[in-house]
Amino acid sequence: MEDGEQNKELEVAPALIAVHPTQDSVAVAVGSDLRVFNLKTGCPVQLVDDTAEPFHRDSIRAVCYGSNGKLLVTAGDDKLVKIWHTDGWSCICTVLSEKRVSAVAISNDGLFISFADKFGVVWVVDLDGFHDHQSLASKKAVPILAHYCSIITSLEFSPDGRFIISADRDFKIRVTVFPKETSDGAHEIQSFCLGHTEFVSCLAFVWDSDNPDGLLVSGSGDSTVRLWDITSGSLLDTCEVGAEAGSQGFQLSNGKEDECCPAITDLCAIPICSLVAVVIQGLSGVVLLSCNLSDKTLSITQVISIKGEAFIPTSMGTSSSSDELWMVAGVSSLQGSNSNSLARVKAISGFIKMKPDSGEVVATVLEDKDIPGGMQLLEKLQGSAEIKEEVVLAAAETLKTAMRNLLIKKQYSVEKREFRKRGRNDRKTKH
Amino acid sequence: MLASAHYETLHHLQGLSQNSYNFLWGKSARNSKVSTLKLIKLSNSGDGRRLRLRFGPGRKMLKNETNPHFSKTTRLPRKRFYRARAHSNPLSDSHFPVPISPCHVDYSLHYPQLFPSSDQTVHSKKIQFADIGCGFGGLLISLSTLFPDTLMIGMELRDKVTEYVKERILALRVENPGQYQNVSVVRTNSMKYIPNYFEKGQLSKMFFLFPDPHFKEKNHRRRVISPHLLDEYAYALCTGGIIYTITDVEELGEWMKACLEGHPMFEALRDEELEADPVVKLLSSATEEGQKVARNGGQTFQAVYRRVVPSL
Ligand SMILES: C[S@@+](CC[C@H](N)C(=O)[O-])C[C@H]1O[C@@H](n2cnc3c(N)ncnc32)[C@H](O)[C@@H]1O
Repeated sequence: MEDGEQNKELEVAPALIAVHPTQDSVAVAVGSDLRVFNLKTGCPVQLVDDTAEPFHRDSIRAVCYGSNGKLLVTAGDDKLVKIWHTDGWSCICTVLSEKRVSAVAISNDGLFISFADKFGVVWVVDLDGFHDHQSLASKKAVPILAHYCSIITSLEFSPDGRFIISADRDFKIRVTVFPKETSDGAHEIQSFCLGHTEFVSCLAFVWDSDNPDGLLVSGSGDSTVRLWDITSGSLLDTCEVGAEAGSQGFQLSNGKEDECCPAITDLCAIPICSLVAVVIQGLSGVVLLSCNLSDKTLSITQVISIKGEAFIPTSMGTSSSSDELWMVAGVSSLQGSNSNSLARVKAISGFIKMKPDSGEVVATVLEDKDIPGGMQLLEKLQGSAEIKEEVVLAAAETLKTAMRNLLIKKQYSVEKREFRKRGRNDRKTKH
Repeated sequence: MLASAHYETLHHLQGLSQNSYNFLWGKSARNSKVSTLKLIKLSNSGDGRRLRLRFGPGRKMLKNETNPHFSKTTRLPRKRFYRARAHSNPLSDSHFPVPISPCHVDYSLHYPQLFPSSDQTVHSKKIQFADIGCGFGGLLISLSTLFPDTLMIGMELRDKVTEYVKERILALRVENPGQYQNVSVVRTNSMKYIPNYFEKGQLSKMFFLFPDPHFKEKNHRRRVISPHLLDEYAYALCTGGIIYTITDVEELGEWMKACLEGHPMFEALRDEELEADPVVKLLSSATEEGQKVARNGGQTFQAVYRRVVPSL
């Protein structure tokens, strides 16, 4: 019941994008529609799904490539977790979840898939067998940990694979020792990273060859990005992205009442340069933060604004080696629009090159024709070669409402739950 | 009659309460929808500090129909009792503020005599005992004098009950100068916010006395002892710390024991250890709920476990 209600308020699903670790392919999810473009062959991918529950039937909420590039996992409101083989692009397994799925992650060794549901439970699927080409048809998920009654917004494995990190709507980030035997559950909490004052929306690790364990960054509805030491849970630095980008004169075309603190909606670590790309509500572009891993600091270096077109990304992705940051802007369903599943895709390139004087990167937003994969890619991933600006604007507006609901809903929840509890117990005490 | 039903009755009545009223139940008439209740008025005496309890007349009321939280015509909750706050206080969950992290817990509010200034964020001494779902606070009051050098706190979800415990502690401090300075209470949802109050390994004792039973299978996840919540309790407890549970509901007693038994970071205390621990004797006698069960000659089921390092 609670589940259904939450859905009504969060019905809108932002379009998502994910990039293969060596940029062999790019995947975009808009609503229930999963689109993949193969950059190696330059062709759109035809997905094959012969499992008992073929394709997604409701909004996809999470898309994730494994770090060895062999798998893509998608999951969402239809309670299905789908594992796709990136070789033949067939769905090799559909795992049934009891609840709607809000986040997924694949362990770095590629042995486990983890997903989180709307009740705050994190599940693990053991992929043992996949590598001996056995059938995965009967894979079952086991619950390993839970955030009590709070939606989990993001899941990540630490680069060394020791920890699984889960973030939720109650400002919490939990760092749990990933167990050797997943069927026993993950009981040992390493730390809680506490400091955000609104929902945590996204997590990422920044690392380089000198600091292979990296540091955790998180983005939140409180308009900040924070840097954490996950071993102790201590807050290393806070970057007031919303306020600083605003004071640097960047127009945040936001609704009036929350102009002061636009939510951070996504972040993406760019492995080749210790930069973190950040999307904030209302900003047409991305904010680049530089993360100094030895000083353990985080600061805004640059805002890359997208000119000539309103483009507020809903999701970002990048590979571990190439120079492009991919972005998508779109939502699952637009009210009063028949352009239901359209989304705009863009890419920024040039992170490797630095301006010698300022230390700024010379990254630029690519013209459509210069995007890897070109117009064919756009046609596949966007749903159409050209997307009207109105669609992108409406998407941003719809997403803003969805985000606000994410904030407000949690203020109702306790009372609502209490009320419901009462209602139920009335019935119980009568007999 | 079981504990949960009483508490539900109490929930219904909260709407009647206006500031100074707190409720304790009398008898619940079985097999009928009518409950007899007693009102207790909390009032301040002349010097404004002393607390007096006065019993009001027994009251008869029909459940639900007379609950002012509900509209008589629609039977839906009246909006004004369920209004959500505009989101202003960043860390408020409906009604109560939540500290951002354990170092944001203001010890000077809870233990003013021991922590005169509120600027301290690194506390010389930290809370070590937590009574989860402390109800009217009987256990804390007993522990306070038994462990005068230990800081302890009760966590309670219902604000009227929390207010009552606050008043009770303040009154005891006035009546017994120098005593009860180490005990306090906070209104919060322990299922969500334990990590906001306690650092890793901070607690040496946690108490779960007569928790709500939540009988239905699908409501088991509301139980305050569950396999997943035990992970958080294991986090908050230091190695060697002890978790105490007791209930008069056999099924719940078995559930709590099974959860603890199945958890790799908890181990049962041996009989002689239970015998030697003065706190164990308080479990069935110190709280209001425990006393009620004892009066009615009810059976109790306890499970006392130690936090251990998991074997690899
Ligand atoms: C049956 S009473 C027992 C009270 C007390 N321990 C005693 O033995 O008298 C259970 C108490 O737990 C409180 N409670 C239930 N869920 C809670 C939660 N999530 N956080 C804090 N308190 C809770 C209830 O409000 C109620 O006062």
